[in-house]
Amino acid sequence: MKPYPFEYTRVSSLEEAVTLLQREDEPRIIAGGQSLVPILAMRLAAPSRLIDIGGLSALRGIERRGDVLRIGALARHAEVMASAEVAEAVPLLARAISHVAHPAVRNRGTFGGSVCLADPAAELPAVCTALGATFEVFGSDGLRTIPAREFFLDIYETALAPDEILVAAQLPVACPKERFGFEEIARRHGDFAIVGLAVRARMEGTLFAELDLCFFGASPRPVLAQNAARAVIGQELTDETQQAAVSALTADLDPQEDAQADAEMRLHLAGVLLKRRLAEIAGKERQQ
Amino acid sequence: MSEPRQSVSLTVNEERHDVTVPNRKHLADILREDLGFTGVHVGCEHGVCGACTVRIDGAITRSCLVFGVQADGAEIETIEYLSAQSETRDLVDTFVAENALQCGFCTPGMVISAAALLAETPDPTREEVRAYLSGNYCRCTGYQAIVDAVMMTAAGRRAAKGERA
Amino acid sequence: MSKQILRAPIGQSAPRERARRFATGRGRYTDDAASLRGLHAAFVRSPIARGDILEIDCDAARDMDGVVAVLTHADIAGRYRPWRAGNALLPEMKAPEQHALPPSRVNYVGEPLAMVVATSRALAEDAAEQVFADIDPLDAVADIETALAPDSPLIHEDCGSNLCVSLTSGNGKFGADFEDADLVIEDTLDFGRHTACPLETRSMLAEYDPGSEVLTLRISHQCPHQLQAELAKILGLGQHRLRVISEDVGGAYGLKQQLYQEDVLVCLAAMQTGRPVRFVADRLEAFASDNHAREHRVSARIAVRKDGRITGFELDDLFPIGAYPQYPRTSLGEGNHVLRMSAAGYDIADFRSRLRLLFQNKALIGHYRSVGHPVACAITEHMVDRAAAALGLAPETIRLRNFLSDDSYPRETPTGVHLHYLSQHACLDRLLADMDIAALRSEQAKLRGQGICRGIGIASFVELTGTGNGFYGPGGIDVSGQDGCTLKMEPSGHVRCMPSVTDQGQGTDTGIAQIVASVLGLEVADIRVLSGDSEITPHGGGAWASRGISTGGEAAWQAAQTLREQLLLVAGHLHQRDPATLELTEGHVVDASGAQITTISEVAHICYFRHDLLPDDMPTELMVTRHAVPRAQLFQATNGIQAAYVEVDTDTGFTRLLGHWVVHDGGTLINPKLVEEQIRGGVVQGLGAALLEEIRYDEDGQLLTATMADYLVPMASDVPDIQVSHVTSGTAEGALGAKGVGEAGVAGASGAVLNAVNDALGPFGATVRQMPISPRTVLTALRAAAASATTPPFEDAP
Repeated sequence: MKPYPFEYTRVSSLEEAVTLLQREDEPRIIAGGQSLVPILAMRLAAPSRLIDIGGLSALRGIERRGDVLRIGALARHAEVMASAEVAEAVPLLARAISHVAHPAVRNRGTFGGSVCLADPAAELPAVCTALGATFEVFGSDGLRTIPAREFFLDIYETALAPDEILVAAQLPVACPKERFGFEEIARRHGDFAIVGLAVRARMEGTLFAELDLCFFGASPRPVLAQNAARAVIGQELTDETQQAAVSALTADLDPQEDAQADAEMRLHLAGVLLKRRLAEIAGKERQQ
Repeated sequence: MSEPRQSVSLTVNEERHDVTVPNRKHLADILREDLGFTGVHVGCEHGVCGACTVRIDGAITRSCLVFGVQADGAEIETIEYLSAQSETRDLVDTFVAENALQCGFCTPGMVISAAALLAETPDPTREEVRAYLSGNYCRCTGYQAIVDAVMMTAAGRRAAKGERA
Repeated sequence: MSKQILRAPIGQSAPRERARRFATGRGRYTDDAASLRGLHAAFVRSPIARGDILEIDCDAARDMDGVVAVLTHADIAGRYRPWRAGNALLPEMKAPEQHALPPSRVNYVGEPLAMVVATSRALAEDAAEQVFADIDPLDAVADIETALAPDSPLIHEDCGSNLCVSLTSGNGKFGADFEDADLVIEDTLDFGRHTACPLETRSMLAEYDPGSEVLTLRISHQCPHQLQAELAKILGLGQHRLRVISEDVGGAYGLKQQLYQEDVLVCLAAMQTGRPVRFVADRLEAFASDNHAREHRVSARIAVRKDGRITGFELDDLFPIGAYPQYPRTSLGEGNHVLRMSAAGYDIADFRSRLRLLFQNKALIGHYRSVGHPVACAITEHMVDRAAAALGLAPETIRLRNFLSDDSYPRETPTGVHLHYLSQHACLDRLLADMDIAALRSEQAKLRGQGICRGIGIASFVELTGTGNGFYGPGGIDVSGQDGCTLKMEPSGHVRCMPSVTDQGQGTDTGIAQIVASVLGLEVADIRVLSGDSEITPHGGGAWASRGISTGGEAAWQAAQTLREQLLLVAGHLHQRDPATLELTEGHVVDASGAQITTISEVAHICYFRHDLLPDDMPTELMVTRHAVPRAQLFQATNGIQAAYVEVDTDTGFTRLLGHWVVHDGGTLINPKLVEEQIRGGVVQGLGAALLEEIRYDEDGQLLTATMADYLVPMASDVPDIQVSHVTSGTAEGALGAKGVGEAGVAGASGAVLNAVNDALGPFGATVRQMPISPRTVLTALRAAAASATTPPFEDAP
């Protein structure tokens, strides 16, 4: 299980990386490499050159900038997990990150790497989508931003142009009326989810004023279940609204079959998660 | 096409090594084949089993998920070194005393991971130990002796601290 | 032999020397051995399950960087002898010829087609991709139905059908109606295909010295002598010129017990190139080409009376073994254990069983720890629980009513298995006490009221351990049931101990050192055990069927007794004492009062350097070899029982393991700590089988579980703490009284979990009949139960 041979360059600037991206036949960016290295080892990809952006300090760091938390593309999962800023400003991410892989992988795997891989069953793309994050990307025309909700196109497919590099993610800082929920169903701890759900809700008393339900593992990309959300928005959670939301998932999700679950089971599990997370959020409000 | 190579400088167990390696060679193979650190075990080569866990710049890492060229300039510690350091020797001794290993193939990775856990969480619960070590596959033990060994090491360290205080 | 009371360090939990080495990174696994000018092998493997080889074009590969050799069937034909895995006692069993590389037909995905030998593994893989095999695809036989269908393609045309062999056993008439039954229940269980998945993959390094014509194969294997004998036959070498070394082995569990094509090919390549050739399977080829295990579909019928007595049991096992029977042991063992060990602990007047081995276009099924026993246990205990439920009896009650009675031994089972003694009643008593069954049931009932669905499952099992020579030998299979041990006392009084049994982490080396130390009055540290090298150790079985201590320990005991007598003879002469009055203790020769007369090292020293002090006719050899073979019985049968406590999330179908208990009869425990964690490790393998692990193929025979992300093994957080208790009963023969312990954990674990899950699902009327019990399996069972609940409840109840 050895990769095909490849050239390797550790770049010292974003510009150098972009130049190489434009010049090479089959370039591939490597950062933490925790997903890419196995792909290469299994010879599922044959890049002509790996462009290692690991040394670009501009892509590091986790920093609060007003009402967004900016997470550098090279921030390690372990850094995100240990960050007091993340815990305070983006509690949904704090909850999700512990589900990502295992300690040794979290020490090296990066936030940007997970986002750019766009695995439909991964946690971080779903969190970014649920929260309406924005991605800063750098390319030959300089910096631009892409909303997370327009970034994930299909399995392993993103809106990044071939010569663009993800620089950072801006995640909105939680406001007091927001509530979050996160749950995933995986065969074992650290495995990719069969189905997962990241929830952002803004509550007005016991009413769901806003609701973003992002399912992962339930479609070829992280998906906002808008029909399900509409069934609850503006209302309290009752057996009827809950059931309406669950029923609406059929229109929202495009579940695929794999070894763990067929489409019907995925849809069913998505419904279970939806009920549980909404009940948790609504239950806490009622207690207050 | 001839094999693309680069020279890298690795500090392994406090000793500097300059080697020229194929770009595609992962760190585990370099440590084993080029430098002779055969305590680094290769179990899956796709980052699942944890047998190749080493410390890179102080953080536990799967050495099959890092190409040698990426590790240029890094400080690496393997089981050969870590097991002899005072910070981990008690853990190693407890693994042996509690028979927390059978075939031993997972053990270097398991010990290094367990050492990292105890550095982060000196007083873990059994569940925390199980969760932290759930990236390290052991086919021989029932994991219970491993959890016992980690818990006993933690207790031993607390006791030693108490004695000093 | 002088009968001695077992004394320390027997019974002590001595730490293992190997463990110290392993924990400090100083293991010596096969791939750790350096080799000058060494070469690396990679294999071109069949991408399809069945097809005719039209052409294999190696020209491009041979021209590539670093490539030293590319071998196909044409290159090696005539340089080795192909093999057939049969059994002379079963002439009707089909044993198709097997080749190191296929001459004309591929029969499973992953089958080696060509071998590339290059200066690095990466270069060998590059070249392997440039070998172009033109294969005309044929329809594959990839499931049980297809294999049985009369019009299905024949995997081996000369065999006439895809049925490898069919066997029956028992004392009743297979297929006949049961008499004396108030109720007959029928059911079928499907057992998924597993693989042992040792963390160290199959690894080997062959070196050939043309000067002395000696071939040395370092290989991660359980049975170096067996491999030495087989390779000598296949390669046409003298057994004395073939050395097989299996020093440290990173897990084996039966997977590294037989012969693989690659074993032969690395030897051929080393002989051809004159350079060391190494092959370390990567994980992808491990899943595709390692032995698999345990795929069974077992249908059973159980007949019971209203009073809870089981009067009849019939079992029909369909066992697809892959493309060939595994060489040299064949794939019979697994099915044979299902055939003969199912319901073996119950007193059943009318027991019958049938076994059919089927060929399939899949990787070969070999042996995996506890061979067949987990299947025998699960089907038996599932049927017993179903009968109990139908009769409204508690699981323990029906078992107590049907266990063989304690005063009925020795006896034979209806399938001809000799039982010296089973401690089933004592084990069950201990289990119920350990788990506090009353408290557990009350907690279960309370939580059910809160919508939390928990289940308790019990599984009792009888297992065959320490298999003797009568099994393979008469079948014409050169697998040794005896084991030997050589002891060499150095002039210092320290001992080198060379057993034929091997140690893959079980602690066999340490247990044997404890036995030798006990007999010789030495410390464990005074004994150095050198195992796993066919050149220095006596020929023996190695590691299989839990024989390390039960058979190998017995040989060590006998060798140590002989050495002890020798030392006492010399000491008696030197000190004018009757040797029969002397004893060896704490490194000394002592008299009956315990007074120290001399040291063992002094006696040893005299035996080597001071013959002037001894009579000319006094034997002074301090090197002894003894062999032991179980004679009184073909197998040493023992027993145990397990219980599982689970919680099933009926919304998601997920099963969580909350507690697990084992009570086992291992006879004398030489080293309790080693025994206990070995049993726990076995349990975890069984828990993996119950809930997670499955090798899956599609209908065309394509392998779907190619990586460790697909083949789910239990990790630390997937399993609970496991309580292990012991019951000790005697053995039919042997001084030590030790029984096999290595496989007990696996034998009962999956059956206990199956019963626990079905206990949890009972209130829903749902039954799971498939392992692994995935969330999908549970949800499907619940859905089926909900669908049938439209009919009035209990309508079809007895």
